[in-house]
Amino acid sequence: MDYIIEMVGITKRFPGIVANDNITLQLKKGEIHALLGENGAGKSTLMSVLFGLYQPEEGVIKKDGEVVKVNGPNDATKLGIGMVHQHFKLVHNFTVLENIVLGCETTKRGLLSMDEAREKVVAFSKEYGLEIEPDALISDITVGMQQRTEILKMLYRENEILIFDEPTAVLTPQEIDDLMNIMKNLVAQGKSILFITHKLNEIKAVADRCSVLRKGKYIGTVDVAEASKEELSEMMVGRKVSLEVDKPEMEPGEVILEVSGLTVKNKITGKNVVDNVGFRVRAGEIVCVAGIDGNGQSELVYALSGLVKPDAGSIVINGKEISHETVRARGGDGMAHIPEDRHKHGLVLDYNLAYNLVLQRYFEPKFQKHGFLDYGEVFAYADTLIENFDIRSGQGAKTVVRAMSGGNQQKAIIAREIDRDPKLLIAVQPTRGLDVGAIEYIHERLIEERGKGKGILLVSLELEEALGVSDRTLVIFEGQIVADVDPKEVTYQELGLYMAGSKRGEVVS
Amino acid sequence: MSILYFLVQQTMFFSIPLLIVALGGMFSERGGVINIALEGIMIFGAFTGVVFINIVQKSGSAINGQVLLMLGVLVAGAVGVVVSLTHAYAAINLKADQVISGTAINMLAPAFAIFVGRRISERGTQQVHFEDWFRFESVPALGRIPVIGDLLFKNAYLTTYIGFLILLVAWLMLNKTRFGLRLRSCGEHPQAADSVGINVYKMRYIGVMISGFLAGVGGLVFVIPTSREFNATVSGYGFLALAVLIFGQWRPLRILGAAFFFGLLKAIAASSSGLPILKDLSITAYFYKMMPFIVTLVVLTFTSKKSQAPRAEGIPYDKGVR
Repeated sequence: MDYIIEMVGITKRFPGIVANDNITLQLKKGEIHALLGENGAGKSTLMSVLFGLYQPEEGVIKKDGEVVKVNGPNDATKLGIGMVHQHFKLVHNFTVLENIVLGCETTKRGLLSMDEAREKVVAFSKEYGLEIEPDALISDITVGMQQRTEILKMLYRENEILIFDEPTAVLTPQEIDDLMNIMKNLVAQGKSILFITHKLNEIKAVADRCSVLRKGKYIGTVDVAEASKEELSEMMVGRKVSLEVDKPEMEPGEVILEVSGLTVKNKITGKNVVDNVGFRVRAGEIVCVAGIDGNGQSELVYALSGLVKPDAGSIVINGKEISHETVRARGGDGMAHIPEDRHKHGLVLDYNLAYNLVLQRYFEPKFQKHGFLDYGEVFAYADTLIENFDIRSGQGAKTVVRAMSGGNQQKAIIAREIDRDPKLLIAVQPTRGLDVGAIEYIHERLIEERGKGKGILLVSLELEEALGVSDRTLVIFEGQIVADVDPKEVTYQELGLYMAGSKRGEVVS
Repeated sequence: MSILYFLVQQTMFFSIPLLIVALGGMFSERGGVINIALEGIMIFGAFTGVVFINIVQKSGSAINGQVLLMLGVLVAGAVGVVVSLTHAYAAINLKADQVISGTAINMLAPAFAIFVGRRISERGTQQVHFEDWFRFESVPALGRIPVIGDLLFKNAYLTTYIGFLILLVAWLMLNKTRFGLRLRSCGEHPQAADSVGINVYKMRYIGVMISGFLAGVGGLVFVIPTSREFNATVSGYGFLALAVLIFGQWRPLRILGAAFFFGLLKAIAASSSGLPILKDLSITAYFYKMMPFIVTLVVLTFTSKKSQAPRAEGIPYDKGVR
């Protein structure tokens, strides 16, 4: 069998954990090979070994059957290995062309000569259908074009083995389709692709074979055509998971949240980042705000939760206008908030779990004794929540939150917010960076709260989440709500058009 | 007319050292290292340069004044490089807070100049004197051009022209060479530079060393036209150069504009009593002396929001964090 690159029996240990335990990954020439695994399964460690950033304790890397030594990224480049990182490695105030040539520039009499490079880049861009503008600044172009720039960087260096690390996380559905075509095009021209992802649809769409990692161990390699999505996800998680979200039909009740004319200006540019937004959330309803990151979702939530003052508009909860209230007062009015950035706005990382769980209620009489905190009550309360919400940690309520896993940190926030029995729950990307098991848990909790007649506002960047969990989907584009659709009736393609701003729908608010 | 000529000539004396030092700061900061030590490095450079000139002049050597000035400039620059290496080591290898390591140099420099100055002087004073063998009454040929000759080529020093040469070279290096492209990438997104095989540490060292050289040179260039002795201070010019750098948005040509703006204010302050128009206003001279600093505050307040500072400036680069 001619493998272009092989990693055989790789074991990499860190103090206390085995990040890669005897992992074998074999990439055939001219195939798209998916590498599937949850967060923490060891995918990035494996790639760091391939790029020579870590030296494995055991195992070898082979190129065309010959054992090679990789001591750093430069060695990997010499072997023809290139990578599109999840977070692009592009200089924002350089042009596309400058970014492509950076590191292997051609010069004439000591000065840069870009003409040759430009010809080469334009030729590649035509050959592979990678549409770019060579002289545009990176900060001015779309994420899709930035990604194409990254791909051209690899082609310019004549890399044979192309690694894509979670390439679709930042793209619209249309851009994802384009990328899939580009990837097929690349392998048709003889390149080999390693595609790191946890999205099963995409693996089914393009990959030839798929290797699965779980908790640092190699689970197996399968032909994608012969494996079902359910089988792949079972290999990844280690147990059966339901990919469909089960939720009972609900008749929404009275209006819990009514937002109208809400506007937030950017303090520096003066542009409306949230532009005259209006919508309603009713009891027993999950309303999802979908959109590509950076279209005003964060600012909308900051305004709702009281982290910033809106420049115009009103926010009414249960008939009470709250847009000038403090964050704590909003909590008292029945608003709970699972923030986007759990480290920045959700937790005090160096506090223990008990303090974090009581952060929203320590001032209530229950936790006060003669003006001091009643620690007995605080810890007793924490223990109940830990029990009810199955929060796992090393030392129970005394664990410093920083030392807990992402999934359990998120559970702690959810426990704290839900247990206050709010009327409205705002959940912003509640499953970001979590593994399939934790995602399942969080979705179940959200649907359970809906069943209790709470209003839920979910902000999500994941289409599957936006359509699977919600009862109604609003699409936000450049600060405006551009569509209000029924997730059961809308297609991914249609939603993608709304998200990219190329279509607008009826907005009933 | 003679007042205008005088003002332009004075402006040159003040602007050129600002220009040279700010361009130095630009190389350091575009590579991602804040160099607040410019003031201190200027003092080191000026001190050693003046001491060198003083020694040569006292030795009775018949060396040509311009050659001596050139050698002095090179000595000042070399010392600047050595001092800047301590900042580079702290900022790049030790990942220290760059403001603190810069401040340390700023505090050390005047103390060093006073201490060593008193040790080597016969009278035990810190002032180091030198004779002015360097001034052109009028540059041969060029000085005879009408108007322009009066403005630029009379009552001038070679260092003025060196300043413009440095500007040209700096602009070319930063914008048109491989080195410049790589240096800028290290200041904006060092992870990106690293991922394409650029040695970020090496580029940042080079950036800081260039800034050390230019700050050392700038120190001497500041002292020569405006004084006959060095008294362990460059009067806050290093900090003013930082303001010029920011006002100039880290770009060579804008830095030139900013340097002339501040140089003009300084020249007005220095010669307010000699300018009939200003004299008639009978405003206290202190007001003119304050102007450059007040303008700095106001300008920076209004321009800071649109700042185009290198994004990775001041953040130590750690290979492990990706």
